[in-house]
Amino acid sequence: MKKTFILTTALTGFAFAANAAEVTVMSWGGAYTKSQVEAYHKPFTASTGITVNSVDSSNPAQPIKAQVEAGNVTVDVADVEFSDAVRLCDEGLLEEIDTSMLPSAPDGTPAADDFIDGALQDCAVANIVWSTVFAYNTANVTGTPTTIADFFDTTKFPGKRGLRKSAKATLEMALMADGVKAADVYAMMDTAEGIDRAFAKLDSIKSDIVWWEAGAQPPQLLADGEVVMSTAYNGRIFNAAIAESQPLEVVWDGQILDFDLFVIPKGAPNKEEAMKFISFSTSTTALAAQASYISYGPARKSSGALVGKYSDGKTDMAPHMPTAAANLGNALVNNFEFWVDHDAELNERFNAWLAS
Amino acid sequence: MADLTTNVAIDNHLTTADGKPLKAALAAAQARNKRRAFFLVLPLLAFILITFIVPIGQMLMRSIDSPGFILQTDVITKEETPLMVNLGLWFKDNPQGTEPDEAAYTALVSDLIALKKTRAQGQAGTRINYELAGSRSLFTSGARKAAKLKPPYKEAMIKLNKKWENPKLWQVMRSASSRYTGSFYLAAVDRTRDANGDIVRVEENRRVYVNLFVRTLRLSLLITFLTFILAYPVAHLLATLPMRKSNMLMILVLLPFWTSLLVRTTSWMILLQSQGVLNDAMVGLGLLDDANRIQLMYNEFGTVIAMTHILLPFMILPLYSVMRPINPSYVRAARSLGATSWTAFRRIYFPQTVPGIGAGALLVFILSVGYYITPALVGGADGTLISNLIAFHMLSSLNWSLAAALASLLLGGILILYWLYDRLVGIDNLKLG
Repeated sequence: MKKTFILTTALTGFAFAANAAEVTVMSWGGAYTKSQVEAYHKPFTASTGITVNSVDSSNPAQPIKAQVEAGNVTVDVADVEFSDAVRLCDEGLLEEIDTSMLPSAPDGTPAADDFIDGALQDCAVANIVWSTVFAYNTANVTGTPTTIADFFDTTKFPGKRGLRKSAKATLEMALMADGVKAADVYAMMDTAEGIDRAFAKLDSIKSDIVWWEAGAQPPQLLADGEVVMSTAYNGRIFNAAIAESQPLEVVWDGQILDFDLFVIPKGAPNKEEAMKFISFSTSTTALAAQASYISYGPARKSSGALVGKYSDGKTDMAPHMPTAAANLGNALVNNFEFWVDHDAELNERFNAWLAS
Repeated sequence: MADLTTNVAIDNHLTTADGKPLKAALAAAQARNKRRAFFLVLPLLAFILITFIVPIGQMLMRSIDSPGFILQTDVITKEETPLMVNLGLWFKDNPQGTEPDEAAYTALVSDLIALKKTRAQGQAGTRINYELAGSRSLFTSGARKAAKLKPPYKEAMIKLNKKWENPKLWQVMRSASSRYTGSFYLAAVDRTRDANGDIVRVEENRRVYVNLFVRTLRLSLLITFLTFILAYPVAHLLATLPMRKSNMLMILVLLPFWTSLLVRTTSWMILLQSQGVLNDAMVGLGLLDDANRIQLMYNEFGTVIAMTHILLPFMILPLYSVMRPINPSYVRAARSLGATSWTAFRRIYFPQTVPGIGAGALLVFILSVGYYITPALVGGADGTLISNLIAFHMLSSLNWSLAAALASLLLGGILILYWLYDRLVGIDNLKLG
């Protein structure tokens, strides 16, 4: 028995040594991770021989601080939201990324010009533009909700609503539903009255809200009939509607656009491989390929032209992108600067409001 | 009396074979035994110290130690760089309440320029932001522009952003300039310091922690009571049934106990959700209208139900272990002496089970006060507990100091309750098996 143990331990050690080149990537799970595995991980391993370990979290920004402070970093690359990327970078928890080593576009445009404004940060490189939208289950809703105001109208469209358990995006949507123009939302939220107004709007549907936390929950809640409408990450709804043929419909009015960015936690065990992974995955072709697995917009301008059909070969991706012209009618771009400043304060108030 | 004195006198003269006084020899032997015993528990002691006491102590230290404004620590090399040095000196020279003058602003500007060099503006801003929202960008943009400012700096800074003259900001900077602070404990009880440094309650719509502490305490007591009500008859049955049957029943108690917590919680979600088993059954039986399904989950009710079930074995097992050895002839004797069955239970049986109740109640209560995953999953908005907010500050807001302050208040509260329990019931009266 003891001999077997020693033998297996030795063998495992040997196996690890043989596969020394590896990189651990933490992402959001579900359909999103799947799209990254197809578009980034598999081609990356094929071209470099570096194994990619995929880990999921309901928010990959969360474990970083604990890992770095404990000096036990197990993740090499994490896929995080904009305000989290800035905050973690501020706290010195991320490696700086030299964006000059990112590949240029096929036509020679340097990466710095090819990425959308704001996509390249000191410690982060954006890979996708995603958005928080609301969606409904056509089987459970009579009539057609078309505006963000309809989401908050439980007399016209009775039934439960799903919302992300976080102040971010929730408050903005409440204000837009209350008639505030997208361009004025953040100016309004910088005032006490604006915040009061947002909470007052949320109050009007408070008893009908089911709160979700992981991105995979809303499609599930909608499909189960647990809620009739829910806010969600647009790609998750796309996946449920197209790949799983659920009767779900996205309403683009009042959508909130945001970046997801790759970051490297400080002290990552495979920093070099992580850099290679990021520069490979944010190349023009990889970003375009990712967009054929899930409806998130690529963060490079040059990838746009290459986005074609969904991997089923028949669904055109363009109209499902949050950045499609038709979907930008009443859209808000998430103001990360505002959220880095007010995250703590507004979430505190949000928690107080939830608990009252 | 005289005999006794003689005995002692003789004692002093007793010696061992090699001539040492007996007393000293005994003491030496005992000390040796004690040392040996200590060496035996040493591994455990070291283990507890390294894996439990030190990390918890470090974590709790953070509740008063938050040097983000005055010290930059490299996470890898642990190298420390002092920040905001000039401003710190100004605070030292000028007492609380001094109107910030030109000298103060000059110090601030030179510190901001230094911040930019060490790239610590975000960190320093974040520390101030914990107590005064909106300050982080004030520091990042201030550090960006500070080098270009010209004296008089007071005017220049205020022109840059009016927030710089906010007296509350200066108060927070002052308090953040000393390494140790009690402000996180204040925040943890919904208090803050105003611009004059006086302690005041935070605005009504931001008061959350006291409320949640009270709710946590109330729900934990309720859950403890419910588990007691449910567990007592079950434990009695287990203890009095013939061995074979009681073993069968015991399996039914232990099986869920051995099942993963997450599995049990998700099972409750399947049962309780509005399209779930319970609601479906009631609609099917015609008790409920399809449109008016009851909300059994994502509220306090769901939390109480799921936690009561999950913690039930912690009450049943200590009760069972106490009830098992109770001799049935005591109750029989009471009955034969004319006691009613109620009196026999109340005066004879029940007092013998009190140590088990104490142990079970303490276990369930302490576990439920710190419960996290079940309220997070089934609690929704009004079923969350203080532990969920601690997790929020650990994971999302990254304000570990506040999380540590909340956690130490929770720990302190439990210790007080434990002490009370000891005074009222007596901890030696506790029996786990």
